[in-house]
Amino acid sequence: MTTTAGTAPHASPSRRLQAWLYRRPRLQLVLLLALPLLALVVAYLGSLGLLLINAFWRYDPTTGGLDRTFSLANFLQIAGSAVYRTITLRTVGLAFLVTITCAAIGFPVAYYMARIASPRVRGLLVVTILLPLWASYLVKVFAWRAILQEQGVLNWLLRPLGLEGPGYGDVAVWLVFTYLWLPYMILPIQAGLERIPSSLLEASADLGGRTGMTFRRVILPLAFPAVVAGSIFTFSLTLGDYITPTLVSSTQFLGNVVQREVGVSGNLPLAAAVATIPIIVMLLYLFVARRLGAFEAL
Amino acid sequence: MTVSPTPSAAPGSPTRAAVRMEGLRKTYGEVVAVEGLDLEIGAGEFFSLLGPSGSGKTTTLRMIAGFELPTAGRILLDGEDVSQRPPYERDVNTVFQDYALFPHLSVGENVGYGLMIRKVPRDERARRVADALRMVRLTGLDDRRPGQLSGGQRQRVALARALVNRPRVLLLDEPLGALDLKLRQEMQVELKTIQQEVGITFIYVTHDQDEALSMSDRIAIFNQGRVEQVGSPADVYERPATAFVAGFVGISNILEGAVAAFVTDGAGTVTVRPEKIHLLDPGDPVPAGSVALTGRVHDVVYLGSDTKYLVELDAGGTLAVIKQNVATSSMEALALKGKPVLLAWDRTHTLPVAADGAGGGPSPT
Repeated sequence: MTTTAGTAPHASPSRRLQAWLYRRPRLQLVLLLALPLLALVVAYLGSLGLLLINAFWRYDPTTGGLDRTFSLANFLQIAGSAVYRTITLRTVGLAFLVTITCAAIGFPVAYYMARIASPRVRGLLVVTILLPLWASYLVKVFAWRAILQEQGVLNWLLRPLGLEGPGYGDVAVWLVFTYLWLPYMILPIQAGLERIPSSLLEASADLGGRTGMTFRRVILPLAFPAVVAGSIFTFSLTLGDYITPTLVSSTQFLGNVVQREVGVSGNLPLAAAVATIPIIVMLLYLFVARRLGAFEAL
Repeated sequence: MTVSPTPSAAPGSPTRAAVRMEGLRKTYGEVVAVEGLDLEIGAGEFFSLLGPSGSGKTTTLRMIAGFELPTAGRILLDGEDVSQRPPYERDVNTVFQDYALFPHLSVGENVGYGLMIRKVPRDERARRVADALRMVRLTGLDDRRPGQLSGGQRQRVALARALVNRPRVLLLDEPLGALDLKLRQEMQVELKTIQQEVGITFIYVTHDQDEALSMSDRIAIFNQGRVEQVGSPADVYERPATAFVAGFVGISNILEGAVAAFVTDGAGTVTVRPEKIHLLDPGDPVPAGSVALTGRVHDVVYLGSDTKYLVELDAGGTLAVIKQNVATSSMEALALKGKPVLLAWDRTHTLPVAADGAGGGPSPT
């Protein structure tokens, strides 16, 4: 084949096609993104849109069918009910509590990994933190059932000391969620802390800053967006989960309500209306997170 | 080791030593970074640590700052032993190579950081920050973030942030390394002016010999963890103590063995600065009092204002000769390539230096 520079190459059809595409960067972009866009728009946003439309319809208990006229009745029913308000507050409160606990436990671990541990220890820790993510979610929650139950491991350990485990209930939900989502908090914080150049910490010390001052004035503000980034995961995952509360508690959370309305009552429109609550809460949360610079830290 | 006797104080500086290092040593496991360092730096002096990368100059600076603790030896600041103190208990400030500005703070907050920590009252802090920014010609940029500044501006902020604390000693770790040539040259002049204005001792780490020569009162030349020579710019350039110094400060023009013996009428290693050598035609008369050697031009490098000729000597060895292009065009200069020439220089410009074992090692005494 001759590929003398300057002369037009003897173009095979595929070469000609390549050259033709090369001159059309917009078309290249379309080809690159067609499939993912299709999945995102049709499968993901489409179903979300259907869900929202459903929320404005009515379930007719007499026929068991759907009344497809626009109505705010579902939302009015939810807003007017003290039960839904309590459940919403409980769910959001739990999501905050889990998030704060994960941050409190995760930050020191992430700090140790990012700034103190040797590369070998850091690698080991990353594996250790990721390992539970390879196990099925259900297996982990059932393991916690075994730990927390009346005759479980925790009580067996605590009884000789005259203590008793929390048993099933709200505390159990809090513990299990914290356990489940902790990796999603540690990893972004670790990445955030690793991005802080050591010279900044040296500069702070050089200018008279003791360790506590440097932590408060330099490390914490620079790592904070990463903490918020991690909290997006812990917060949203807690907000939408219904399996863990079912398995280690009898308390109702928003997820349980949705599940009951769909699975037990068959009232899809009401379930859809309830499902909009965590969506709205999450949108607000993301808005605040964006203001705090969390997206740059992801 | 060849270190000039007790360091002569810098011009106009008092005799008190701002920094004294005694038997300083730093090792990382098996690796020796700094070995047996004794240095005394006078108050108000502009003192440079010059050497190739890995020669121990930055480690030395970091030990003065307190980021590294010495394995052995002492560091005295104003006569006080600070060897084992953390950085925040030392009255020195550092200008970092990467500037290390806090990205989440404004320029004003960056500069005021040290004053804020020392609980300087708010209005005094504001005044001193404004003064410092004026000194580095950044007035009015207080509210910008470091990310919105150019490299040269960031460099100035880093300088202001250190100087505003009025430290006893300012440590500068290749502060101009990331700037382009023009800006570098501007900043060199400016740094020197600021240093004379504030009268603070500057310890300046660089690998750039021109920078060290043009700014310093005195220079310590580092090689493989040791100091090869301490002296004024003229000292180290005109009277290099070792072959390493001769080669690192300026162009290496080392003659050894038989050629050296012929040039000096004795044994040893000698050097001659390339600009001192006359480039003559083989038949030309040798000026009185000069050493003359024949050779052949091996390569010609046109440098704009100068031309560098690499001449292979008939007696062995290579010498670089630098000539200003006063009346020579580049064509004439390049035409000399491959031609036989006669090199001559005044006998007094032959400088004996201590040979060094493979570029350093345990330096000769």
